[in-house]
Amino acid sequence: MPEDDAIRCDACPVLCYIKPGRTGACDRYGNHNGQLVRLDPHIVLDRAVSRGDSVVPFLDRQREWDGSLVSGPENFVTAIGAGTTYPDYKPAPFIISSEVQGVDMVTVVTEGIFSYCGVKVKIDTDRHLGPETNLVRAQGEPIGHVTTSEYGSQMLSLGGVRHLTGGSRREGTVTCDTLLNLCNGKAAELTIDEGATVIVQAGKAPVVDGVQEERMRVGCGSATIGMFAKQWFNKVDDVVVVDDHITGVLSEHQAGKLLGVPETGIKMKGRRSTPGRYFQVAEPGTAWGGTNIEDPLSILKAFNPKKAWPGLRLLMVSTTGEHHAYFELNEALQPIEKDLPAVLGESVARIKENCEPALCTVLFMGGAGGSLRAGVTENPVRLTHSVRDALTRVTCGGAPVYVWPGGGITFMVDVTRMPENAFGYVPTPALVAPIEFTLKLADYAALGGYVDHVRSLDSIMSGERRRHLSAHGDNPWPLASAKTGREP
Amino acid sequence: MNLRAKISVLPDGHRVHMHDGPIDLIVEAFADPIEVAASYRDASRRFIDVLEELCSELPLLRAPMRKGSRLPEGRVARRMAAAVAPYGERTFITPMAAVAGAVAEEILGTMTSAAVLAKAYVNDGGDIALHLSDGEDFIVGMVERPDRPSLVGTMTLDSSQPVRGIATSGWRGRSFSLGIADAVTVLADCASSADAAATIIANAVDLPGHPSVVRVPARSLAPDSDLGGRLVTQGVGELSKDEVGAALDAGMAMAKALAIEGLIHSAALRLQGETRVVNPIVIPRSVSDEESVLPAHTAPDTSIRSR
Repeated sequence: MPEDDAIRCDACPVLCYIKPGRTGACDRYGNHNGQLVRLDPHIVLDRAVSRGDSVVPFLDRQREWDGSLVSGPENFVTAIGAGTTYPDYKPAPFIISSEVQGVDMVTVVTEGIFSYCGVKVKIDTDRHLGPETNLVRAQGEPIGHVTTSEYGSQMLSLGGVRHLTGGSRREGTVTCDTLLNLCNGKAAELTIDEGATVIVQAGKAPVVDGVQEERMRVGCGSATIGMFAKQWFNKVDDVVVVDDHITGVLSEHQAGKLLGVPETGIKMKGRRSTPGRYFQVAEPGTAWGGTNIEDPLSILKAFNPKKAWPGLRLLMVSTTGEHHAYFELNEALQPIEKDLPAVLGESVARIKENCEPALCTVLFMGGAGGSLRAGVTENPVRLTHSVRDALTRVTCGGAPVYVWPGGGITFMVDVTRMPENAFGYVPTPALVAPIEFTLKLADYAALGGYVDHVRSLDSIMSGERRRHLSAHGDNPWPLASAKTGREP
Repeated sequence: MNLRAKISVLPDGHRVHMHDGPIDLIVEAFADPIEVAASYRDASRRFIDVLEELCSELPLLRAPMRKGSRLPEGRVARRMAAAVAPYGERTFITPMAAVAGAVAEEILGTMTSAAVLAKAYVNDGGDIALHLSDGEDFIVGMVERPDRPSLVGTMTLDSSQPVRGIATSGWRGRSFSLGIADAVTVLADCASSADAAATIIANAVDLPGHPSVVRVPARSLAPDSDLGGRLVTQGVGELSKDEVGAALDAGMAMAKALAIEGLIHSAALRLQGETRVVNPIVIPRSVSDEESVLPAHTAPDTSIRSR
């Protein structure tokens, strides 16, 4: 048993008893008049270390070090793991000064607790995932809905304060959990009412009803006609590009007309928008061009016998080139499927080649316009104004953000540009996301910032619990562009 | 999750410093950069668990090693027990006498399993585990006084020699010694064996009952020392030439016995400016090329021993 005057050091699991005036086994912690104190590192290593005031920090805690020996001379402190202060009026956990090209800059670093937040998911597919406004569910709980689709992509809007806090306890927890997974780059299985089940993961291809989507369409049906008309001219008499949104027909389309493609007497189902462009040729689905059709001929009516002729050659193809079929009209002007001629095979391959890989992208969207600002300045609205005036740059884990115009500081960030596992949660439930405000020291003082709490970058770099990461290659350096205003 | 461990690349951009509690390692591998990275990655993964693992069995590791003693569970702890096992019957020793060498060995083993390395070392405060593939060598620096690191000589270890572990022990080091040697450096098959042997030999360099040697119970300095109430050296006054010779003779007898038993390959014993060498398989070189010396110098054991 220790004698009375020894103290127990709990800095590490060795748990040394240390007598007054002596150090523990590490020679780093000592008993100074009954107090446990940390001493300067002992010269036990070798000269470079004992000399070494510039040991490159390299800490890897949640993440593993890959062993590579790269490290940059510049450092930017992100808010990941910074924690937050409570109540709100207390200064943010880290307010860090650094000099950038002769200008004193300040970065206020905090972790925001976001009840008002969600993710916008873009899924590159023409397949119909479910009707617009229908609920999106995770583990059976509603967590968001299908929103208006974009070019070649289906869009989901997930989270938001109503699902996080407005429904049942389980709804809130599942919503928070799903948002956290998506933001941290993990996969989430989502089911759409009256629609598909999709596995979504930021930066990965979507998996729709168990089938991995390979390609994003080259364009809508009409655009595909516009792009490839010249390559089809004289090799085939007519082409239908099947698309749930806008199906294109070569012989009627302006692109075909200009080339002198003769009328073929083809008759389409659906509603004609402008010449050669048809809406609603079928129901939405996960087959040809995002429609529900398995047999492309089902969207054709009988050919006009006054215009059509036996032997007429017809190519039908989807917007990704994934589905295609070739027909020739018989004496009765009925399309008979034939092998695709090699020359047309090339054009189908060209469509495929021009399709980009299908991806899911996840943007985190949150509002930092509330109480979080009180940790930055005593006069919160001035921070909002400063962000508006592009004097303050906002970053999220060092990644650039888009600050939505209008009131507040509502921003969006691509989660794949942030360090891994940058997000956390609190059981409220709410998401915890890092946020950094970078501005000139002079501007910070002017907006009522906590100038007394500013500390140097060096004091952070020499601290204990750091994680050092390489900057994301695609991101602008958060400090370098601070003066030039906000993203994008 | 280990929040204490710190792993950093030293300013030279090559060597890696791993620190956790009382363990400080300097690690360097020589190979293609991809192989080096793989070895460092696996070494760091292994390293972060080592201290917890050791501390979970600390009472057992601090107990004297005797025939029939329960064997520890951890991989590093087993290396320690194996290294001190040859001495358990003849003298007092606990597995802690080999902790630094055993940690170095474990990390080096992880690195050589992870990647193809030309050569590598893990230096645990002067207890060094070496890897040398065919045709490779290391130049090792030696110091006379571990508390005042200045090189007294260098030696070249090449792959044809069986030495893969180096350790130094002495009363001026961070660990307690029962003897009066300024430093005993041992070359052995592996670092844990070298570590245990250096402790044994340094303890044997002694002048029992000599009035100018200040000895105090280990427990009075560090209440939880594995050495308990045993007297550890805290000061050595100036000794006559004969006295130095007598102390070194005692150490040499032990060192020679260990060499005959195959427990060590070589040893250098230093006391008050005098050096004796057992099996000088390596020829000491001049001090002048200090800057080219790798891996740094030998320093006292950095270990959780004897506290």
